[in-house]
Amino acid sequence: MSVAFRGGSIVTKDGVVSADLLVDGGKIAEIGSGLSADEVIDISGLVVFPGFVDLHAHLREPGREDTETIETGSRAGAKGGYTAVIAMPNTDPAQDNVPTIEFVRLQGQRAGLLEVIPSGCITVGRQGKALAPMAELAKAGVHLFTDDGSGVQDPLLMRRAMEYSKQLNVVLGQHCEVSALTQGAVMHECGCSSDLGVPGWPSLAEELMVHRDIELARLTGARIHFLHLSTAGSVDLVRQAKRDGLPVTAEVTPHHLSLTAEVLRGFDATFKVNPPLRTISDIDALKAGVLDGTIDAIATDHAPHSRRDKELPLDQAPPGMLGLETALGVTCAALDLDPLAIANVMSVAPARIAGIADRQGNLPRVGVAANLCFVDLNASWMVNPQTLASKSTNTPFVGRQLRGKVVHTMFNGNLVVRDGEALK
Amino acid sequence: MKHIRSISEIGKSGVLAIIDRAKQMAEINSRPIPKVPALRGKTVVSLFLEDSTRTRLSFETAAKRLSAETMNFSVSNSSVNKGESLRDTIETISDMGVDAFVVRHKSSGIPWQIEQWTDASIINAGDGAHQHPTQALVDCFTIAESLGTISFEGLTISIVGDIRHSRVARSNVEAFAMLGAKVILVAPNTLLPPDIDHWPVTVSTEIDDVIRETDILYMLRLQSERMDQGLIPNLSEYGNRFGLTEKRVAILPSASRIMHPGPMNRGVEMQVDPSLLSQSLIHRQVANGVSVRMAVLFTALTFNDDRENAIERLAKETAQ
Amino acid sequence: MTGPDVQRALSRIAHEIVEKNHGSANLVIVGLQRGGVWIAQALASKIADIEPELVVPLGLLDVSMHRDDIDLRPASQVAVSDIPCDITDTTVVLVDDVLFTGRTVRAALEGLNNFGRPKCVQLAVLVDRGHRELPIRPDFVGKNLPTKNSDEVLVAVDGVTVTSGATT
Repeated sequence: MSVAFRGGSIVTKDGVVSADLLVDGGKIAEIGSGLSADEVIDISGLVVFPGFVDLHAHLREPGREDTETIETGSRAGAKGGYTAVIAMPNTDPAQDNVPTIEFVRLQGQRAGLLEVIPSGCITVGRQGKALAPMAELAKAGVHLFTDDGSGVQDPLLMRRAMEYSKQLNVVLGQHCEVSALTQGAVMHECGCSSDLGVPGWPSLAEELMVHRDIELARLTGARIHFLHLSTAGSVDLVRQAKRDGLPVTAEVTPHHLSLTAEVLRGFDATFKVNPPLRTISDIDALKAGVLDGTIDAIATDHAPHSRRDKELPLDQAPPGMLGLETALGVTCAALDLDPLAIANVMSVAPARIAGIADRQGNLPRVGVAANLCFVDLNASWMVNPQTLASKSTNTPFVGRQLRGKVVHTMFNGNLVVRDGEALK
Repeated sequence: MKHIRSISEIGKSGVLAIIDRAKQMAEINSRPIPKVPALRGKTVVSLFLEDSTRTRLSFETAAKRLSAETMNFSVSNSSVNKGESLRDTIETISDMGVDAFVVRHKSSGIPWQIEQWTDASIINAGDGAHQHPTQALVDCFTIAESLGTISFEGLTISIVGDIRHSRVARSNVEAFAMLGAKVILVAPNTLLPPDIDHWPVTVSTEIDDVIRETDILYMLRLQSERMDQGLIPNLSEYGNRFGLTEKRVAILPSASRIMHPGPMNRGVEMQVDPSLLSQSLIHRQVANGVSVRMAVLFTALTFNDDRENAIERLAKETAQ
Repeated sequence: MTGPDVQRALSRIAHEIVEKNHGSANLVIVGLQRGGVWIAQALASKIADIEPELVVPLGLLDVSMHRDDIDLRPASQVAVSDIPCDITDTTVVLVDDVLFTGRTVRAALEGLNNFGRPKCVQLAVLVDRGHRELPIRPDFVGKNLPTKNSDEVLVAVDGVTVTSGATT
């Protein structure tokens, strides 16, 4: 069945152009005007983007299906305009073995709402002690390896991981946190953490590991991707590394572009996240990093947690917040990006980093897979935690005005979200 | 004030009102029968999820002297240990009909987190390293009693010790500064919180630099686990640098006073026997604890949501 | 009542107290915070004039912690009790400015018990405005003043005024 989208405009490498778009056989069949098909959908006022690609989502399956499943997480992603999501490996069991990888991929296919791409662990059980069977996992299709949730602490082990991964042509994703400096940390280390009497994550804990891994990349030539950078110092380090021509990439989350540590003053664990929300000057530096290309991608770090867990005392509550359904709205509210730049940070660059550019993250043109989202860039909206597709409700954006809303999402030529509602 | 949770939340007017009220309570405590029916019919639950016999007894005595019913819920008999969440506990106890929770918890922020689960007043008896407002009120009352005035203008108060982990210090810094005192924090950098330029204090890393200009020397307890955490090399080095020694007592100005929130660590921060010190206000701090906590309970429990209504009724009654 | 009326009434009450108790021995005057304080002081000084050889102890009693209506009228003003002697086996004369519902006096009787067990308690008020809600009657009255329940009675050294408390 063919579908024609009429009356909208399309993001191209030359900017946004008004055109109709015809999808047939799971691919973009034609771009032009006055196109007709089996079904015609009026998309006037909407902009067609390549489906978003999230480098960083915790889908919690297997292990914590009470907080999210691959199906509910996929639905949340589809509603957020995503057609591909990298599933983080801190599941239970961890994604350090082929059966678990295959299981995650298969559950994604069963849900059929977007492409779920499992990442793999760098070390066995994410314990930071011994390398995971990276070649075996790579053969099973894993491209991004990470111990996310914690960083690889041992510099020797990290060196070995980089040396080993280089031959496999895969990417290591580092969660940058020197854990010795963040024992018991609850929030960013700052005047606010001192007022509240809680231990803080100093910026240094992140920057030391960013620096270490940049130098290891220089030494080994391996590809390294920095997950969820949160400090001005990290942005500076990555900017310099890129100037030096090193093979590094970096992502930032929407919440690190929009919220500061001050929101923790009410002791609401919804705002507890790792890395922590930092300061206005960090936000400014991260935004500048996105604008000048130092930061390649916006990634959600979607981290569902049960109400019960988030109601624990602030120092015991797990860090993390929802992101998939709000990423575009938060990003556009925080940062003035033109549509091509949005397509780049939300789709094109992440697809390239994840090694899936053959089927995801392509600006709409004839012949590419019809992974698309249709966005009302001018829509202003508020989050209602009750209507989230995610199984959890720990969004920090309740009560905040967001800008830019995903109206339809098409995955492999099938509409999976229409008028903001998931179709399956 | 419905809740008494932090010094900044109750503000200067609240601090002054409670201290004023505490004088009235002190008089009641001096009567042959120190018990009044003021809070008859009210129920106060002490929810101590971190052990503290002293503060709990102080609150329970205060509640009983005001004729409130008291219920006691502590770590040892707590269903929190059996996997019940704090929310379940608070909601269950609230359902029994409770007017106030007196809460102590090892985590910062608990009095704010539980607010959404109960309609009762919340009184913070210490949350993590965050706030201990009733201790600060006791200390302000004790200083005012000793000075004969509640204005601390011109007074220099030096707080010595583990500021970083001290909720007493955080509450007292705010309260002392609010009442006009100059506050000096004395501690090694490792026991100071980071980034406190915005606090109304000056910082010194040597007690001997400030002792001659100190009117109130406020010693904090140093817990031996700080050594294991690498925050100080060892207890004896700490004691020598920051402890109250005979020599330091000797150079302390004669009109100065010494305070400690207890429990004391003899031989560490207190190298002299405080009971031998004429300058010590430590016994007054303990004695005043009940009066001030009576004032706190009375203030929170006679808070009327519907103040407009109360005023209207008052007008109708044409009270004498 | 004018200022001189008030003074005349206080002088009469002072004499009545001394007369009824056959002198001032064993008497304790206790003024109720806050309106009764100055009246108690005035009475004590007038009694001293009548019986100069004895000093009558003067105490102050704050009853806010004993009221049965704390929830209705938050005790906003802080006043402190000060009973200078043991009142057990004495004759206590409670002194207040206006006697109305009787609830303040009830609270005072209860509060007094915290300090001892008087042999006898008497009540002196400058104005009795009626509308009693409890079985309480004064022993010494300056003036009986018929009022409406909603009226407001203001007592000061320079006189007593009644204003119509039309509800706003």
